[in-house]
Amino acid sequence: MKKFLMALLFAPLTALASGGEVHLDKWPGSVSDKASLQNGAKLFVNYCLNCHGASYMRYNKLMDLGLTEQEVKDNLMFTAEKIGEQMRVAARSEEQKQWFGASPPDLSVIARARASEAGSGADWLYTYLRSFYRDEKRPTGWNNVVFANVGMPHVLYGLQGQQAFNHETHKLELAVPGTMQPAEFDKAVSDLVGYLVWMAEPQQEFRKTLGIGVLIFLALLFVLAYALKKEYWKDVH
Amino acid sequence: MAANTNFEKYKSNGTLAGNVLEWVDARFPATSMWKGHLSEYYAPKNFNFWYFFGSLALLVLVIQIVTGIFLVMHYKPDAALNANGVPVAFASVEYIMRDVPWGWLIRYLHSTGASAFFIVVYLHMFRGLLYGSYRKPRELIWLFGVGIFLALMAEAFFGYLLPWGQMSFWGAQVIVNLFSAIPIIGPDLSVWIRGDFVVGDATLNRFFSFHVIAVPLVLLGLVAAHILALHEVGSNNPDGVEIKKFKDENGHPLDGIPFHPYYTVKDIVGVVVFLMVFSAVLFFAPEGGGYFLEYNNFFPADPLKTPPHIAPVWYFTPYYSILRAMVWNFFGLPAKFWGVVGMGASVVIFAFLPWLDRSPVKSIRYRGPIYKTLLSIFVVVFFVLGYLGTQPPSFWGEKISQVCTVFYFGFFLAMPWWSRMDKFKPEPDRVTM
Repeated sequence: MKKFLMALLFAPLTALASGGEVHLDKWPGSVSDKASLQNGAKLFVNYCLNCHGASYMRYNKLMDLGLTEQEVKDNLMFTAEKIGEQMRVAARSEEQKQWFGASPPDLSVIARARASEAGSGADWLYTYLRSFYRDEKRPTGWNNVVFANVGMPHVLYGLQGQQAFNHETHKLELAVPGTMQPAEFDKAVSDLVGYLVWMAEPQQEFRKTLGIGVLIFLALLFVLAYALKKEYWKDVH
Repeated sequence: MAANTNFEKYKSNGTLAGNVLEWVDARFPATSMWKGHLSEYYAPKNFNFWYFFGSLALLVLVIQIVTGIFLVMHYKPDAALNANGVPVAFASVEYIMRDVPWGWLIRYLHSTGASAFFIVVYLHMFRGLLYGSYRKPRELIWLFGVGIFLALMAEAFFGYLLPWGQMSFWGAQVIVNLFSAIPIIGPDLSVWIRGDFVVGDATLNRFFSFHVIAVPLVLLGLVAAHILALHEVGSNNPDGVEIKKFKDENGHPLDGIPFHPYYTVKDIVGVVVFLMVFSAVLFFAPEGGGYFLEYNNFFPADPLKTPPHIAPVWYFTPYYSILRAMVWNFFGLPAKFWGVVGMGASVVIFAFLPWLDRSPVKSIRYRGPIYKTLLSIFVVVFFVLGYLGTQPPSFWGEKISQVCTVFYFGFFLAMPWWSRMDKFKPEPDRVTM
C-alpha cells in the first residue's frame, strides 16, 4: 500500500518532467579555484563591464580572490576611483537601449537568475557565451542558439572567432577562427562564468564552511540534549 | 486540566531576589502563569514524533520576528529606480546580502524560515488529522489554528512582494487581479488593494506595512489564543483519549506529566534536530532548488516584461492548482471567479472539520480502513495538486488537478457520512506508551 502511494505521488513528476528546453552544456569550472576566478575577473572587467554594470558588487570585494588593493586598482579598476566603489558602467542605459533594443541587464546576480530546471545559471551562461553565430538578419550581425534574437552582439568573437549555424545539422560550426583554440576559449569562458557565479554570492564558500561548523556544533548539542532528555524521562513509564 | 490561576503566592526566603519576586508576585500572576502553563500544566505522557511541530512552529515564529527586525533596519520598500537603473527595494536586498555584516545569514534565515514555517505548520495540521485533535472539546483551538494558517498565508504573500523581483511583482499582480473576478465590486476592489492600476510603489509600501506590523500583530494574538485555549482544555494525544478521566489523590492526571521539565527537555531535542535540517538547507542550498527562492526572482521587477511562467512559491501551489482547475462558467459568472471561490474554500474548509467528523473515536489508531485509505489518498492528492501548481498549465495537468480537486472537496464534504461508517476498534481507558 505504502509503495503504491509513493509511486502515485511521484508519477506526475516523471510524466511531466520532459520539457522542450535547449540542451545546456555543463559548466566545468569551480568557484574555489582562485586563479580561475582571477582570470574570470580580468575577462569580466575587459569584456563585460563596458556595457553591463554589476552595481551591487564593490571593487574591494575582489580582494577576496587573493589580490591586494594595489593589484585590484592597477589591473581591474578602469572607470572607478575609489576601491570601495561599485562596478558601475560608463554607458548610460537609455543610450544602450537605443543601440541594442534593450538595456543590458545588471550582472551582479545573473548567475543565480539564469538557473532553471534545464540547468544551473552557470550552465546557462557557459552555453550561452559559446553559442553566438553570424546572422546578417540581425542588426548587430549576431544571433544566439540559447537566447534567440538576443540584443547583445558577440563580444568575445575576437577570441572565439565566428561561428555559423548549419541549418541541416542544427549545429554551430567555426567558420573563421579566432585568436584562441576552441579548448582554450572554452576554458576562458569557464573562468568568466566562474567569476559570475562567485560574484552572484561572494560569501558562498564561507557560507558552506560555516555550515559545516554549525552542523558539527548541533550534532554535539544533540548528544547533550538527548542525554538530558533520557535522564529526565527515566521515571516516566 | 484547566489552567489554574489559584496557586499560592510566592513567599520570600529572605534573600533580595526572593523579596523582589514576592513583591512582583503580589502584583502580577508570575507564579500562577509559570505553574499554570509550564511547571504544573499536565500534558499526556505519550506524545510522539508528531507532537514536536507545535513548539517548532513557535520557534520559527521567533526566528522570523527577530530576523525580520534586523532586515527592516536595512531594507527599503521603494520601487523607484536608483542611479544604476535598478529598483531601490531589489538593490537593498542585495545590499543586505553583501554589504551588511552577516546580512546574508539574517536574510537566508528569514527566507528559509518562511518555507520552514509552512513545512512545520503543515505537519502540525496533519497531526491534528491523525489524532482528531480538532474534536470536542478542542474546536476553538482548531479554529484559532485555522486563523493562524490564514494569517500566515497573508504574511507570506505580502512578504513575497518585498524583494521586488520578477516573481514578487508578477505573483502579486496575478493574485490581486483575482479579486477583480468578484462581480460588481471586483475591479474597484483590486485597484483599492493595490493603491494603483498596476502593482507599484503604493502596493509595495502597503504590503511592507502589512508584512511588518498588521499581520504579525494578528498572528501573535492568534498564537496566544491558540495556546490559552489549549491549556484550558488540555492537550490531546496519539490515543485520542482524555487523560483527565483518571486522576491521582492530588487531582493530577495519572497519565499526565508536567510540561516543564519533561516536555521542555524533550522539545529541546526536537529543536536541535530541526535546526540541523534547517541549517543544512540554509548553508548548503538556500535557494531550496528554486522552490524556496525562485530563480526568476533574481531579476528585478519589470512591469513591461511578463515572465513566460508565473508560479507561486511551493506552499501556495496546492490551492493555486485548485484555482486553475476551475475552467467552467457557472450561473453566468466567469470561471476565474469560481477559481477564486474554490481556492478560498479549499483553505477555509479546514475550519469545519470539528463538525464534519462524526467518528466515535478520535485517533487514527482506533479508526478503520476507510479513514486510513481516504486520508492517505488526501495526502497524495495534496502533493499532486502542489506539484501541478508549480508547473506551466497543460492538458493533462488540468485534468488531473480537476480530479484531485473533486476528491479534495469530497473528502471534507462527505466526511459526515463516511466517518461514521468505518470499522472502529475499542479505545483504551488509559493512554498507551
